[in-house]
Amino acid sequence: MTSSSSSGTGDAASLSRTALYDLHLEAGARMVPFAGYEMPVSFPMGIVEEHKHTRTAAGLFDVSHMGQAYLTSSGDVSAALEKLVPGNIAALKPGRMRYTQLLNPRGGIIDDLMVTRLPDRKGRQVLLLVVNAACKENDFALIRDTLGNEVDLDVLDDRALLALQGPQAVNALERLAPAVSDLAFMAARTVRIDGQPLLVSRCGYTGEDGFEISIPQKRAATFARRLLAENEVEPIGLGARDTLRLEAGLCLYGHDIDETTTPIEANLAWSIGKRRREEGGFPGADIVLGQLRDGPERLLVGIRPEGRAPAREGTEICDRNGDAAGVVTSGGFGPTLGGPIAMGYVTRRYAQTGTDLALMIRGKPNPGTVTALPFVPHRYYKP
Amino acid sequence: MSSTRYTEAHEFARIDGDVATVGITDYAQEQLGDVVFVDLPEVGKEIKRGDEIAVVESVKAAAEVYSPVSGEVIEVNSDLEDEPAKVNQDAMNAGWFVKIKLADSTENQSDMDDDAYKAFIAAL
Repeated sequence: MTSSSSSGTGDAASLSRTALYDLHLEAGARMVPFAGYEMPVSFPMGIVEEHKHTRTAAGLFDVSHMGQAYLTSSGDVSAALEKLVPGNIAALKPGRMRYTQLLNPRGGIIDDLMVTRLPDRKGRQVLLLVVNAACKENDFALIRDTLGNEVDLDVLDDRALLALQGPQAVNALERLAPAVSDLAFMAARTVRIDGQPLLVSRCGYTGEDGFEISIPQKRAATFARRLLAENEVEPIGLGARDTLRLEAGLCLYGHDIDETTTPIEANLAWSIGKRRREEGGFPGADIVLGQLRDGPERLLVGIRPEGRAPAREGTEICDRNGDAAGVVTSGGFGPTLGGPIAMGYVTRRYAQTGTDLALMIRGKPNPGTVTALPFVPHRYYKP
Repeated sequence: MSSTRYTEAHEFARIDGDVATVGITDYAQEQLGDVVFVDLPEVGKEIKRGDEIAVVESVKAAAEVYSPVSGEVIEVNSDLEDEPAKVNQDAMNAGWFVKIKLADSTENQSDMDDDAYKAFIAAL
């Protein structure tokens, strides 16, 4: 038996560890290299059970490998960042956050990121950027190179990042910090636990209600243990993180989106608001606005293969006549759905929900159908 | 009396007379994680030792399975279609993949027996 598994790259000697490394080993994690870090891909519960647990109770994820940085300016920091992203950053009020992308001159995506406006400090606006682990060095260099003296970028090397996700996440977290109960979706606030401040955001990458918690590395393991001591909470690895986000129809950088895909092609046009569509002023704006006007040539869609065989990344997509239609960019098994799911790019005329496709799995055509995203409905906190 | 032998790629063949039951070992299923699909061959297929006989899909990856024996596929485990998790629960018995009618029942004598395989995986 030979296995072709896809995990990160990097030789063991040069891998970094997060503040929760020892805790992961204690919990029996299977560790793999990912984006230059040793990360838990699964715990003894296994990917399927970890996934289901997150959708029914509360899962705790270590995402400390991701990059965190403060962006400030003596001038207008939102206007500065808007030179690099198509999102409406100027409209963010303190305590609010949104999702956007760093774009290249062809409108392609350099990275996707969350931008949070924190309370002003000494009369200056403060933005918190959370970026992907594999891209963080490149992202920070880009920001420094493009914006130069206009901004101050303070990379938070000493911070960990945890995600607590699931319908019972709020039950567990509010026992430690009552102030999170009424925190709105896509809002952030600093709360105190045992007198120590943590930044809590109500957002995530699973489609469920949940929180991301930015905390100094030196306090991260103790805090994680406190959360794990709550009945609802189990540790969850990157394997289930991937199955959860795929069921939620969320893009994974380096797979569904990259420097060759625009936000319009990637079904992310919703993240570009009216003002930015009218004004442009971000890299590749002419291409992006042209696609908004005329429609892109290809679109990222959800696909349900028939039967049980997964259609994995790289699988060729044809139409039922055998003509080339596109390629799968993410594919695997959805434990909540109980069957295979995939996302991929198809030429625009095949992008309608319900279109019949043929997925070339091990050289044989497997029927599949274009399916609306998300595969599993989102259950964000919107009372 | 049946004898079971194991390959270094973690396939097993349990031979009873001139029929071999083939599958993957408990060690293999643990390494793979949750099995979501097993792609089995057609009954009647002629197989040589070393040919690919099945593909096991786990949540994260696909793994090719090679036959330790030569012969004709006379039965495949249709339970695995609806319950691929049987491979995780009971790889050596209820999670079997195929039964092969052997041309030569001594063909895999050089593969590891129970003790040798135990020692082999202990050293991995």
